[in-house]
Amino acid sequence: MSGEKQFISGDEAVALAVKQAKPHVIAAYPITPQTIVVERLADYVEEGELESKYMYVESEHSALSALFGASGVGARTFTATSSQGLLYMAECLHFTSGGRYPIVMMNANRSLALPWSIFGDQRDSLSQRDAGWIQLYVENVQEAYDSIFHAYRIAEDPRVMTPVMVNLDGFILTHTYELLETLPQEQADAFIPYADYANCIKFDEENPMNIAITGGPLLNMEFRFQQQRAMNDALKVIEETDKAFGELTGRTYGGGLVEAYRCEDAEVVLLSLGSLCGTIHVVVDEYRKAGKKVGLLKLRSFRPFPVDKVAEALSGARAVGVVEKDISFGYEGAVYSEVNSALIKKGLCPLTRNYVGGLGGRNFSKEDICGMFDDLLEGAPADSVQFVNLRGDIDYGNEC
Amino acid sequence: MNRPKMNPPQAGGKMKLPVGPNAPGGYLMDVSSGMRVFRPVIDQEKCVHCLRCFLVCPDGTIDKSGEQLEIDYDYCKGCGICAHECKVKAIEMIMEGDA
Repeated sequence: MSGEKQFISGDEAVALAVKQAKPHVIAAYPITPQTIVVERLADYVEEGELESKYMYVESEHSALSALFGASGVGARTFTATSSQGLLYMAECLHFTSGGRYPIVMMNANRSLALPWSIFGDQRDSLSQRDAGWIQLYVENVQEAYDSIFHAYRIAEDPRVMTPVMVNLDGFILTHTYELLETLPQEQADAFIPYADYANCIKFDEENPMNIAITGGPLLNMEFRFQQQRAMNDALKVIEETDKAFGELTGRTYGGGLVEAYRCEDAEVVLLSLGSLCGTIHVVVDEYRKAGKKVGLLKLRSFRPFPVDKVAEALSGARAVGVVEKDISFGYEGAVYSEVNSALIKKGLCPLTRNYVGGLGGRNFSKEDICGMFDDLLEGAPADSVQFVNLRGDIDYGNEC
Repeated sequence: MNRPKMNPPQAGGKMKLPVGPNAPGGYLMDVSSGMRVFRPVIDQEKCVHCLRCFLVCPDGTIDKSGEQLEIDYDYCKGCGICAHECKVKAIEMIMEGDA
């Protein structure tokens, strides 16, 4: 059975998917460009279409704290945020992943201050790499919608019990309207049936339980080891989830972890994440028509990082470019480091280059992507980190 | 000693960790005594069970649930107040390592 078709924005698609996932508790604070998600959810609750406790909190820190408690007693939960809001949650990100609470959050990828910008880049979520959350990045509105269902199934799996962040590029995805095929409600219910969580604690006077106990030198490491194992298990669960969703809807995302496009015999591959993959996809087709062997590797899961899948897809490539809207100052883009590490672990050493761009919302054009492919096909720039589309009319003072 | 602890695990068995740091209520979860230099040792022959040490111990580490008083060395910081206050001098402070 296929669903209805709707012309809908990324934010609206996320809200619709969340409505169908029927969380018991929603706590969120509005922030551009996520606002429409929480507005729509508030509408659904107000109009009685969604039976959920909607908590109007005074901050993102409170939003995630509220869900920490709700999830602790077994409630299915949802929140959404962006940029500064995600950073304001930072403390609670660790609380909730350490507590193994299967919270699902949508994050609208947006630049971080300063300089202030409401436009998109991925420095917000990538900077939270070590917060213990599963991080998925989506390419289009359909994938954003579908990934909410994936997220609940992955997070609540007894082997995983780890919160999931679904990342949408701010404005480019959150505010762009695309045709969406919805999931019939019966299928949604069957795909993510709610059951008591593996660590769910109910009030029981006979057997009182403590939530969030202390764990110093004696037990801290063991709980961390448990988290690491759960994250590694999540690699398998993400793949199983993509397969099960594909059987239900016919829509798969390359196996869940990465989506390789024309990589099999590619000499040069660009790896990226999020909406930019759509543009690269188009360029790959054009270059292939011209007889140039290029491919795209879309990284869907940043944490857990799919070392095997990345290395497998890149094993035949002569050169690999990592395109990301992120920079870790003093080194390189965070994704680039991860990709290099994965390659070297598998004994692969193609030439790699890092293309950093799109910061603060600057556009990546098709021509920019062509430039990267041309670079890598014809040799490569000397510096490993390239700032793409940097303005040429700026005097930075001393040249060094 | 009637002090329920998650540690150490039951002899011969392995402790089963919960999913995430949650645990049955009323358990002591961690130890805090690594900083102790002098260890109080009770001479049970001299002890008259007056419970003065029990009352003055700032960390509540003296257990009176058994016939004899016992000190919970997982939590005793070695402050020596019990030895100082003991009227029958039944508690001796001994250097860790010599104890």
